[in-house]
Amino acid sequence: MKDLFRGELIRFMLEEPETYAKAEVRWQRDTEFHRLADGDPAQLNSEKKIREWFEKQSEEGFKSQRYFFSVRTLAEEKFIGHLGLWMDLIHSEAWVGLGIGEREFWGKGYGTDMMKLCLQYAFLELCVARVSLGLHEYNPRALKSYEKCGFRLEGRTRQDVMREGKRTDSLWMGILREEWLLRQNGDGR
Amino acid sequence: MFDIQTQLFDSQDIRFGPIDHEKDPEIESKWTHDSEFMRLMETSPARPTSAAMIKKQYEKLEKQIDENKNLYHFMIRAKEDDRLIGKATVQWIEWANGNGFLRLGIGAAEDRCKGYGTQALSMLLRFAFAELNLFRVGAIVAEYNSGAIALLKKFGFVQEVCRRQSLERDGRRWDLYIFGLLKDEWQNQPRS
Repeated sequence: MKDLFRGELIRFMLEEPETYAKAEVRWQRDTEFHRLADGDPAQLNSEKKIREWFEKQSEEGFKSQRYFFSVRTLAEEKFIGHLGLWMDLIHSEAWVGLGIGEREFWGKGYGTDMMKLCLQYAFLELCVARVSLGLHEYNPRALKSYEKCGFRLEGRTRQDVMREGKRTDSLWMGILREEWLLRQNGDGR
Repeated sequence: MFDIQTQLFDSQDIRFGPIDHEKDPEIESKWTHDSEFMRLMETSPARPTSAAMIKKQYEKLEKQIDENKNLYHFMIRAKEDDRLIGKATVQWIEWANGNGFLRLGIGAAEDRCKGYGTQALSMLLRFAFAELNLFRVGAIVAEYNSGAIALLKKFGFVQEVCRRQSLERDGRRWDLYIFGLLKDEWQNQPRS
């Protein structure tokens, strides 16, 4: 059996609430990180609030079909980001979102490795027919990374989000189980 | 041109109104027993719902409107006898981004294909763009919902996204479309 939680650069695990909250407080002050990951206005939350939110999410994960991972590097064992999957059981679809809060790990293949591991988990463990995601057009690095993982651009909602007084598109991507399987060439990743 | 005297909730044959907690549950309960209608309206599994359950859903909905402030919900009524014929919603509003999603349904089969949907969408768009001041609205439609697709295209909506094989029904998978309309596209379209 494959190791579902180990990629080439990173591994999936779940941090303790305190560790998670301490890092997240720091990451939330980085508004570029926030704006790449999210469409809502940036917000600064207390460590207490984040910890309570995280604990609640962890508890509710089972019944809400939400799968949440913390991400650590294999080399340094450093907590650098997280990744979440939201399952639609009826239509066999999972939505994915990821973020790397530690900026020095941007643009070095960590996100791509996270996404590859996530797709393996979604198709081999969650057994969904499709994985979906959304991103901002002003995040070309993410677009390139997701294309590398096999996602196809399925369209753009025009002028969806307002940033710095300018309207920008939201991009929508998807990958089907057959497409992912075809890419595996027998090596599973 | 519209002006401030033109009523937002009043059209030729229909009007928007609030929920009637006494009369509406029984009618909406009937709609939920029409699986074809439910599969056009919802992606969640269709299931018959009693009037008592619908009543609870209304209460939940009104609470949600109060708490979240990102949802506007209207009952569509025929002006001739004030009967409930459908519902219309602007939902998932992101105020900072000026966007939201529309939902619209005419419940009873005998009320369809009479132009009620067109009048309702016309009012809903004016409400979204001229009252809520949104910049864009979206609508999510399954590929098999040809009635909705024709209606959206009539109002200039553009099919922006094709989420391939996102829905499973009747033993096969279907695409899910996202349509979008921008405020200036709405403003510049010819109106009767």
